[in-house]
Amino acid sequence: MGKNKNNLSRTTGRMRGWIQAGATLFSNIHLSNFFKGGIYQGGGKALCVPGLNCYSCPAASGACPIGAFQAVVGSSKFGFSYYITGFLILVGVLLGRFVCGFLCPFGWLQDLLHKIPGRKISTKKLKSLTYVKYAVLIGTVILLPALVTNDVGMGDPYFCKYICPQGVLEGALPLAAVDAGIRSALGTLFTRKLVVLVTVAVLSVVFYRPFCKWVCPLGAFYGLMNKVSLLGVEVDRGKCVSCGRCAKVCKMDVDITRAPNHGECIRCGKCVTVCPADALAYGCGFGSDEKEMKKETEK
Amino acid sequence: MSRRRKNAARLLLIAAGTVMVCFGAMRGEAELVLGKAIRLCLECVGIG
Repeated sequence: MGKNKNNLSRTTGRMRGWIQAGATLFSNIHLSNFFKGGIYQGGGKALCVPGLNCYSCPAASGACPIGAFQAVVGSSKFGFSYYITGFLILVGVLLGRFVCGFLCPFGWLQDLLHKIPGRKISTKKLKSLTYVKYAVLIGTVILLPALVTNDVGMGDPYFCKYICPQGVLEGALPLAAVDAGIRSALGTLFTRKLVVLVTVAVLSVVFYRPFCKWVCPLGAFYGLMNKVSLLGVEVDRGKCVSCGRCAKVCKMDVDITRAPNHGECIRCGKCVTVCPADALAYGCGFGSDEKEMKKETEK
Repeated sequence: MSRRRKNAARLLLIAAGTVMVCFGAMRGEAELVLGKAIRLCLECVGIG
């Protein structure tokens, strides 16, 4: 593993907060709409952004992949979305859960909330909850909108309607702040969703990224793609001194030396920055992976 | 998973993803997504 690669990986890990801020701005570039009280209506919204970003946010520059998937599946015209599934596969193969660690606005918000000083609780004993997000993906995003339909064959976007806190945070709150009509239309559903948002926010202060770990269907999909994603973390077994610092520092409860492609790894790079032996680095492409590193070491 | 198998899976997924995006766009899914995304999503913001 080259020195330059290590340095670049460490720098990427250290710059993560800035990259997250840039990605959030890129996903919500039409900032003036916050004051106008309307949402962006340009053709760019036919394309999706990679992270969880509500398209009802006044500044949103693209469509939310989860919302868009449900819109297609829940329509009377289509039972499945090839367009969005293909998009998610392509992003997943290229980046995997790097999207969660670097590009998702809601992931960044949870990171910021977790910086609030106070008691932090480890989620290592709650690992079984990480499977909930797969049930959320299959149940509320894929099956319910397609199968539970009204008289004209249209299904509700169940995840957006009952679970997703982004719609309230990015859509309802800024729009209601400047539009009296929307403010007066908010009812019980809004209150329930606000409770979800506040709960996630409070939990985010105590636990690291509770929504990403346990609920997010986008994280579930990208987690599956982590196994084959072109961007990943490489482990140089020849350099690894088995100090365990990487596993200790990982807030997603992953031991990167045992499972570099673990579905929970969001490629945040914390392990890369703390490794005292330069045994960890970001890798990208069809070339080197853990097995190849092993072979090189054996030679 | 060996490197060869992993790369084969990657290529297969890239090909499948590209075909799916094109097929979906051709049958009108992109217009549907645009139509949904440029209007206020009542379910998302909690109206209704």
